[in-house]
Amino acid sequence: MDLNKKFTPETWPDNPETATFEAKNKFVGFWLFLGGETILFATLFATYLALKNKGPANLEFSTQELYELPLVFVMTMLLLTSSLTSVYAMYHLRNYNFKKMQLWLGITAFLGLGFLILEVYEFYHYVQLGFVYSNSAFSSAFYTLVGTHGFHVAIGLVWITLLIFRNAKRGLNLYNATKYYTFSLYWHFIDVVWVFIFTVVYLMGKVG
Amino acid sequence: MSSVAQKKGFGSWLWDWLTTVDHKKIGILYLLGGGFFFVLGGIEAMIIRIQLAVPNSDLISAGLFNQIITMHGTTMIFLAAMPILFGFMNAIMPLQIGARDVAFPFLNSLGLWMFIFGGLFLNISWFMGQAPDAGWTSYASLAITSEGHGVDFYAIGLQIAGGGSLIAGINFLVTIINMRAPGMTYMRMPLFTWTTFIASAMILFAFPPLTIGLFFLTFDRMFGANFFDHAMGGNTIIWEHIFWIFGHPEVYILILPAFGIFSEIFSIFSRKRLFGYTSMVFATVLIGFLGFMVWAHHMFTVGLGPTANAIFAVATMAIAVPTGVKIFNWLLTMWGGSIKVTTPMLYAIGFIPSFVMGGVTGVMQGAAPLDYQLHDTYFIVAHFHYVIVGGTVLGILAATHLYWPKMFGTMLNETLGKVTFWFFFIGFHMTFLIQHWLGFWGMPRRVFTYMDGQGWNSANLISSVGAVFMAIGVIVLLYNIIMTSVKNVPVANDPWGDGRTLEWAIQSPPLYYNFTQTPLVRGLDSVWIEKQEGNESGITPAVPVQDIHMPHGSIIPIFMTLGMFIAGFGAMFREETSWGLPLLVFGLAWTFVCMAIRSLKDDLGYYVPKEEILEDMKRERGRK
Amino acid sequence: MMKGLKKWRLFSLLAALTVFLSGCGQEELSTLLPAGQVAKDQFNLLLLSSGIMLFVILVVVIIYVVALVRFRRSKLGEDHIPEQVEGSSTLELVWTVIPILLVLLLAVPTVYYTYKLGDVTAMGAVDDEGNAENLVVDVTAHLYWWEFEYPELGIVTSQELVVPMDEKVYFNLIASDVKHSFWVPAVGGKLDNNVENVNKFYLVFEEDSSKLKEGVYFGKCAELCGPSHALMDFKVKTMPRAEFDEWVVAMQSTKKDKDDAGDTAAASEGEQLFADSCISCHAVTADVKSPYPNLTTFGDRNRVAGFMDHTEEALKEWMKNPQKQKPGNEMPAFDHLSEAELDAIAGYLMGLTVEK
Repeated sequence: MDLNKKFTPETWPDNPETATFEAKNKFVGFWLFLGGETILFATLFATYLALKNKGPANLEFSTQELYELPLVFVMTMLLLTSSLTSVYAMYHLRNYNFKKMQLWLGITAFLGLGFLILEVYEFYHYVQLGFVYSNSAFSSAFYTLVGTHGFHVAIGLVWITLLIFRNAKRGLNLYNATKYYTFSLYWHFIDVVWVFIFTVVYLMGKVG
Repeated sequence: MSSVAQKKGFGSWLWDWLTTVDHKKIGILYLLGGGFFFVLGGIEAMIIRIQLAVPNSDLISAGLFNQIITMHGTTMIFLAAMPILFGFMNAIMPLQIGARDVAFPFLNSLGLWMFIFGGLFLNISWFMGQAPDAGWTSYASLAITSEGHGVDFYAIGLQIAGGGSLIAGINFLVTIINMRAPGMTYMRMPLFTWTTFIASAMILFAFPPLTIGLFFLTFDRMFGANFFDHAMGGNTIIWEHIFWIFGHPEVYILILPAFGIFSEIFSIFSRKRLFGYTSMVFATVLIGFLGFMVWAHHMFTVGLGPTANAIFAVATMAIAVPTGVKIFNWLLTMWGGSIKVTTPMLYAIGFIPSFVMGGVTGVMQGAAPLDYQLHDTYFIVAHFHYVIVGGTVLGILAATHLYWPKMFGTMLNETLGKVTFWFFFIGFHMTFLIQHWLGFWGMPRRVFTYMDGQGWNSANLISSVGAVFMAIGVIVLLYNIIMTSVKNVPVANDPWGDGRTLEWAIQSPPLYYNFTQTPLVRGLDSVWIEKQEGNESGITPAVPVQDIHMPHGSIIPIFMTLGMFIAGFGAMFREETSWGLPLLVFGLAWTFVCMAIRSLKDDLGYYVPKEEILEDMKRERGRK
Repeated sequence: MMKGLKKWRLFSLLAALTVFLSGCGQEELSTLLPAGQVAKDQFNLLLLSSGIMLFVILVVVIIYVVALVRFRRSKLGEDHIPEQVEGSSTLELVWTVIPILLVLLLAVPTVYYTYKLGDVTAMGAVDDEGNAENLVVDVTAHLYWWEFEYPELGIVTSQELVVPMDEKVYFNLIASDVKHSFWVPAVGGKLDNNVENVNKFYLVFEEDSSKLKEGVYFGKCAELCGPSHALMDFKVKTMPRAEFDEWVVAMQSTKKDKDDAGDTAAASEGEQLFADSCISCHAVTADVKSPYPNLTTFGDRNRVAGFMDHTEEALKEWMKNPQKQKPGNEMPAFDHLSEAELDAIAGYLMGLTVEK
């Protein structure tokens, strides 16, 4: 593969993310990886549901009293929007519009960062209340599930930041197109996981 | 990296192996690593049997015994059986589908080094005061109360090694999905490739729960979490579910590739197409699918209630049906064939009755009320050794003899091979057959000794004598390997004479780019078809001779894994030392930096020029 | 023999199997010599499944041997190229359907017995006068000993379970530290003592243990629970209901006897020493749940510490160094006591009996 090969929007392939042999492999491999990740989160969800509100005899925390729904709602909006902006970025990837793609990815990262900061604040808030990691089985399961998701968001942020800066001067080619595309897959995935967390942990915690 | 026959110093030779991304070399490294741990686990087994040979034995202490059984099980499953199978998958599967390498050569190397460092991490526990002692299943209530760092080594070591398995699984899946040669449709894939495919899919879905379970255990023991502490609202049964949701598929991950190997052997040495290929494929898929539906049969005595027990009992029995289909297909492959009893075939012949016995005792345990009696007794020990030794290990030994010439370019001695088989086979049945009765007679498993006067003495002694026979068999095999390696008599492409699939149509060992031209596949057992039609080379090329794209080697996988290894020690000593936490952070940061370097540095590989390939082809013709 | 097999195939196969399977094992702990309804049900299932499975093995081995003998290359010639058969739908259908039928044959009784043995609905039942209809025993597993409490009778014992014959005895199982598993092989399958929840099941004891060579059935811990998992044995004494009732009365009166004795006569030296050194951990009256094994019936037992010979020598060895005998147990060593003092305590403990 020649990195210096220059494309125009006309010569740029329709599916740049799978235009080369290596790219096809990466594409399929990444989907499979996300399949494994799904099982990983499913295990975390199952454990959380089993340990929800479980603790020592005098456990003073419950999902109803603890969770700050408005804050979590704002976080949800941020992450959902970032998923949308990453779709715009991929639209520009397909059209070989590098500058706009970078811009939308920058916005995506920015929204993701906002989400992460709010999540850190949320955790800090709960810890202030005394709901620390070792408080109960409930707290361990909560922080591990939501924290694993947050960790995924953080990894995604590092990943996209590196990609944006690494390729800033080089522009698009068939080598990095796959990298951008798999990032967007990843980002959608953690968005979907968050939708489940929002529903299963927060909404069902408040209502159920 | 221009030519094969360059003279190299030791340094560059070592560097070559440490940085290799060639699937054949990685296969050999898996075999070496797995073989080492197989011998280690075997020594542990011998200590167990010596301890139990007589009642009231005080050769080793109770605590040490528990460490040895835990490490024996863990080593054999995670560090011996799986890596050795990965070794054969790596070395053979890409050749069978006509590929030049696996889909992700770099990740392949990463998976290998994660297995090796994970295995080292686990075994370093022997030198640091305490090895894991809660059994290979590491049930939570005992695992979280176990003192010292033993179980920490288990949790972190398996985490690293398990990550390697997951990577290998995804890699094989993509390889098979994307890299089959032209004409190699799914329904023309050799059975070993099929079983690799299904086993890899099972790895993909079975290992994430283990990852999570091990994290829970790690967090409970080292970071103050309460998943399994019932006083804090935790629940130990969660561990049992998670472990077996992983653990049962794991058993099929171990046995399916062995099924694949035996399918190849029956077909080659009966000189006959595999009987009922289509139903073999679907049986494999079905076994893989059902493997995820039956985990709670390991938990019949946990108290899940009659409804859950009844459902899982019936589901378990259902697996007998596709497995039975496979057995009869193998029998009918032999039927009407032209059977030549070589060493690999001898193992295949020994496998059938051994595995059938292991299988039927599995169905017996599937009957939940009967399992209330059999569970956690020596009957179970007998059962799973019948399937794992009688299935997987016989498969591994068979594959060792079958594929040795393809991997190393020289044959293992057939006579010594048969000697190995008879010692191992007789020793195996002597060791484990009698253990069924020990279970009936009330002997629980995982006991470090037993009192006189319970009627167990002679049976245990017989079992221990059998183990000695197995050990002799393995020693003969090691001798065989050393002797044939020293002699190193080169062999032809198809030393067995009846090879049916693509790997037998290229050099032994293959050139580093495998196929000079990508082959065109015209049916199941394509080499056999070509040869029957008079094409002596066994291959019809699909493309003209052209430049071949190859990946660069890399040292990063070792460094990346080293970071995890270091971080593991940091996590373990975080609470009692001042350097624990910094070490943990350093190790993780190191790993991430390695990942970043890998990601930021362009690695586009290189091309093998057409001229070199033509040169190689000329030399090959000259050799004939 | 061959003729007989053909004529009475199923019957003689099962008969041969019975002999084959039950030829060995000791009455005290063999699952092949079932001494109660539960174990008998399970044994029947064993016979059925073994029969089916031996049939499968037989079929496989016959095809296998014939194929191996008939189709050798040495017979057929080096150059023989066999016909490349693809498969046979008929045959494949046959060996799919027959296993399904065999599995169904086993699955039906399996489901039936699963529900039968899991039925504990009668557990808390009371008669018109409010008395419990069934005996219930709470079993608590500790590192590495067993505690048996009879909640309705107000008595506690340890290490030796005493039960009446020919009625369903219900059990509540729990563990106090790590997971254990309660198993009396000759009487029925095991059930786990979990740490977080109570498991319930029943057993029926149909043979009198006094007829056994050892006088007791052997019970085992069947879940790895630490170094001395192998030594976590207990014993079961079965007796007719009337005898059991007498035992209960004797147990219930241990407290009264003790009080009376304390009032009248001076305590023996052993009793005094025991009161000084041991009583805080070990009760000697059946009404108290002490933190460590209740020793009320010590003199009646079959073993010391669950597995050692029931002699004063073994008992003294135990007291001097319990860690050596049963690694990881929680009893401190009493090696600071003199030989004479140990003798006195041993003598006292051996005299603790309710069965005379």
